[in-house]
Amino acid sequence: MNLLYRAKRGLLYATVALFCFFSASPFLWMIITTFKQDRDLYRSKNNPFLFNDPPTLDNLRVLFFETKYTTFLWNSFFVGVVVVIITLAIAIPAAYSLTRMSGRWGEQAGIAIFLVYLVPPTLLFIPFFRVISKIGLVDSIWSLVLVYPTISVPFCTWLLMGFFKSIPIDLEEAAMVDGYSRLMAFVKVVMPLSVSGIIAVIVFTFTLTLHEFIYALTFISSSAHRTLSVGVPIELVRGDVFYWQSLMAAAVIVAIPVGIVYDFFLDHLVAGLTMGAVKG
Amino acid sequence: MPDRMAFEVPEKAGTRTLADREGLLGTLFLLPAFVYIITLVGIPLVLAITYSFSNVTAGNTAFDFNGLENFRLILATPQFRRALWDTLYFTIVSQIIIIILATALAELLALDFRGKRLARVLLILPWATPISLGTIGWLWLLDSKFSPIDWVLRAIHLLGPGTIFGPGLHMNYLGKTNLAMASVIIVYVWRFLPLSAVILMAGLTSINREILDQAAVDGSGFWRTLLEIKVPLLLPIVNVALLFGFISMFSDMTVIFLLTRGGPVYYTQVLASWAYFKGVEGGALGEGAATALFLFPVLLAGVIMVLRSTRRMEVT
Repeated sequence: MNLLYRAKRGLLYATVALFCFFSASPFLWMIITTFKQDRDLYRSKNNPFLFNDPPTLDNLRVLFFETKYTTFLWNSFFVGVVVVIITLAIAIPAAYSLTRMSGRWGEQAGIAIFLVYLVPPTLLFIPFFRVISKIGLVDSIWSLVLVYPTISVPFCTWLLMGFFKSIPIDLEEAAMVDGYSRLMAFVKVVMPLSVSGIIAVIVFTFTLTLHEFIYALTFISSSAHRTLSVGVPIELVRGDVFYWQSLMAAAVIVAIPVGIVYDFFLDHLVAGLTMGAVKG
Repeated sequence: MPDRMAFEVPEKAGTRTLADREGLLGTLFLLPAFVYIITLVGIPLVLAITYSFSNVTAGNTAFDFNGLENFRLILATPQFRRALWDTLYFTIVSQIIIIILATALAELLALDFRGKRLARVLLILPWATPISLGTIGWLWLLDSKFSPIDWVLRAIHLLGPGTIFGPGLHMNYLGKTNLAMASVIIVYVWRFLPLSAVILMAGLTSINREILDQAAVDGSGFWRTLLEIKVPLLLPIVNVALLFGFISMFSDMTVIFLLTRGGPVYYTQVLASWAYFKGVEGGALGEGAATALFLFPVLLAGVIMVLRSTRRMEVT
């Protein structure tokens, strides 16, 4: 019995380790590469997993001081924050209106809004490409600020509807009996109870702007206005020469913090995903 | 709409004014989202369809309708047909692998073990990383000359002269059609597995414990419990996972754009990447739009799936 238990535990750990290895090995490879010297990296006889020459920080110096990496970081951060604000300002009232103030057709409209989320950027980037150049936003990060909410607003509205629905309507009615107006009942009662939904929206929207590739690739053409997701793979390659160490450093510096933040808010995000899905 | 609402608001006298104000507030609340979606999704969507029936190019501002000419042109190219096939192939194969692995992973993460927190962070990493940066990592991992996988294969004598993977010292993963296709699928599985696993995990925790306990008491074994209780109960949530997986994978061009650029030759091209190369880099917006429009049927299937599952929810 004891033996069987231990065998089972062993199998469990082995399987988990296998999955983790699959997920994490590219990152391990990125981290090792980051600290390697050229002559160590580019000799195929060397064991690639060991430091045959002493590790170096020079690649990080190149990344931060000789490339536009910090510009990309700032652009991504700026676009992310502005889009999060726009999304919250549009999606919170819309979701509340659809759950509480629109009667039965609110449900239908909620589904319709979610269907908008299913329209992928790949279908829209070609007309957008022309529209953006017509209104003179080509090569400006404001084009991204304008367009990203088309992805985040439908999804976040739907996400928030799930959260608002889970709040008992009695609470708002009680607040209104106590003399709050409809609007104040929403601000003072519903909003504080929806904090985890709002956090989910912030995390989702920010990472969406960080991840988005095709719009950023199509609309932005100069390196000073690139965001991380396009700037790193496109601009850090000079000619045909890949600066692999700096490239890997650039990727891993973003990946690890976002991964930890994601894990932290995972439960909120999952709650939102499934709540919306299950409750339609 | 106001009539409808007044009708639904309960009967008490005096609620009429509140209902009216509520209707107004409701409209005001909804207006920004409505205007935003109509102007920035509705209009471009109509434009996308219009473009695909016109001879619009990147340089030329005027355009004329040319009927089905774009569709005739793109259907005649082998690149497009290959892209259509590859899109379906990559998506379906990856999603099958992903759903199986994700179910296993969700089962594992439902158990308690030491280091679970760390495991969770590691498992979520591929999904948290911007897809372009993750793909760049794979590009280096699968490098034609310096791939560490090659080094391991050589070290255990599977690669090199006189071994089963042939006399060459390098596999050249992205340079051979079959290997490149397999590489693309592996990168997709790597990237989208966490998303599906997370969704399934949430579904698994929502299964009523009592049902499982009762099944155990009744002597149901592991496989029976899995196949006759868990799988049917998980099915709606598997649909959600598949929906998200399909939509995000089907329309993705990043992996192809950075990993293979459609190569070798054009054998790993997908619709989204081909639309980009054709429409933006090649300047033939009309043909690009027509190519992207082929994503529509699958999209529609997704839409129908959502509508059906929500209807089922209402019935039960």
